[in-house]
Amino acid sequence: MNPLDYKFLSEFLQSNSGLHLGENKEYLLESRLTPVAQSLGLSGIGELIQSLKRMPTLELKTTVVEAMTTNETLFFRDSKPFDDLARQMIPEIMEANKTQRTIRIWCAASSTGQEPYSIAMQLRESFPELSSGWNVKIVATDIDGQILAKAQQGQYSQFEIQRGLSIQRLIKYFDKNEKGWQLKPEIRNEISWKQLNLLKDFGMMGQFDIIFCRNVLIYFTPEVKKQILDRMAKHISHNGYLILGGAETILGISDAYYRAEGCLSASFHPHSTKSSGVTALR
Amino acid sequence: MVKILLVDDSRTVRLVGRRMMEKMGFEVLEAEHGEDALVVIGKHPDVTAILLDWNMPVMNGLDFLKALRALPLPKQPSVVMCTTENDMGHIMEAMDAGANEYIMKPFTEDIVRDKLEVVGIL
Ligand SMILES: C[S@@+](CC[C@H](N)C(=O)[O-])C[C@H]1O[C@@H](n2cnc3c(N)ncnc32)[C@H](O)[C@@H]1O
Ligand SMILES: [Mg+2]
Repeated sequence: MNPLDYKFLSEFLQSNSGLHLGENKEYLLESRLTPVAQSLGLSGIGELIQSLKRMPTLELKTTVVEAMTTNETLFFRDSKPFDDLARQMIPEIMEANKTQRTIRIWCAASSTGQEPYSIAMQLRESFPELSSGWNVKIVATDIDGQILAKAQQGQYSQFEIQRGLSIQRLIKYFDKNEKGWQLKPEIRNEISWKQLNLLKDFGMMGQFDIIFCRNVLIYFTPEVKKQILDRMAKHISHNGYLILGGAETILGISDAYYRAEGCLSASFHPHSTKSSGVTALR
Repeated sequence: MVKILLVDDSRTVRLVGRRMMEKMGFEVLEAEHGEDALVVIGKHPDVTAILLDWNMPVMNGLDFLKALRALPLPKQPSVVMCTTENDMGHIMEAMDAGANEYIMKPFTEDIVRDKLEVVGIL
């Protein structure tokens, strides 16, 4: 791939999805975009780039962005956040919200759905009392509309249901059909889905007790990360939590948060909630 | 070193499985069918986990599992059923007979790793 094409695609991805390609990702571009070009009847990446320059329709741009964002995920990924939910976060939030009896959780890059569905399973197993009289909302968003549609169906392959899911949970929550494994409505109906690009305004999302933002910021430059994290802090309620991926941190990126005590996962409280807590006490 | 017993009548499966699990740091023992596996367990009662095929000549995996669970071992090993049988009926039957986990073939290294983690030996 010639350097100008590489530069064009890097900038295109950066501005349309926030994806920070960095250097030496020719292989990644070729392996992801060659099938896209072929499916559009083009001879290869060269022609695809020409089309992006000449006629950048929303459809074409979306197709390219979706092909480049990695969707890898699995059920109960890293397991620690789910232990923290059961042991600390949900009990705390239930105590804090016992009057209004609501819990709101946002899964900010839900990919094919394993993460929000794992949250729903964990809540059902650890807090059966939530099913009566509590209003629990789990909102799952992703930039990729196709992946979101797949997530919503709750239909998984034999490979997918064997990653991270215990056999007991498979028996409990899935039915087998001709296509593979279908998640039962009791878990499927727990999630609200919405297409959302984290680079854009998400002011309409409202307040959450917990935000899962795992394994998505890794694609962005430090400036973009900071910008997203700072905006997210405003959507986390008093003593609420932000959960990042196992290998991620906010250290040196955003100072809107401090590390949450007692958690084994990469979990943080936003400062604003802490200071407002202090003000409330005064 | 933690001992894992691989029971499968297919040499290829045993070869692939052995490679994966040696990489994970286990000592790997092999058996070709259930009866063979009972002999190995007699010699190595300290096996921590068993990866167990279902369809095998001489003694199949389910019969072996039942026989194993009746043995007076100091500590019963974790059994991960590992088979191409992939319907709910077979899964339930294996779990009822005392399996701890269930892998549907073909398996990948990620799946084996995840399942050994779920049964708590990784
Ligand atoms: C590796 S998956 C992470 C899935 C899940 N959170 C987990 O940790 O297993 C990354 C997801 O981020 C999504 N994504 C990438 N850029 C995004 C953006 N700008 N806004 C929202 N989602 C984005 C991708 O579509 C992909 O589904
Ligand atoms: Mg066999």
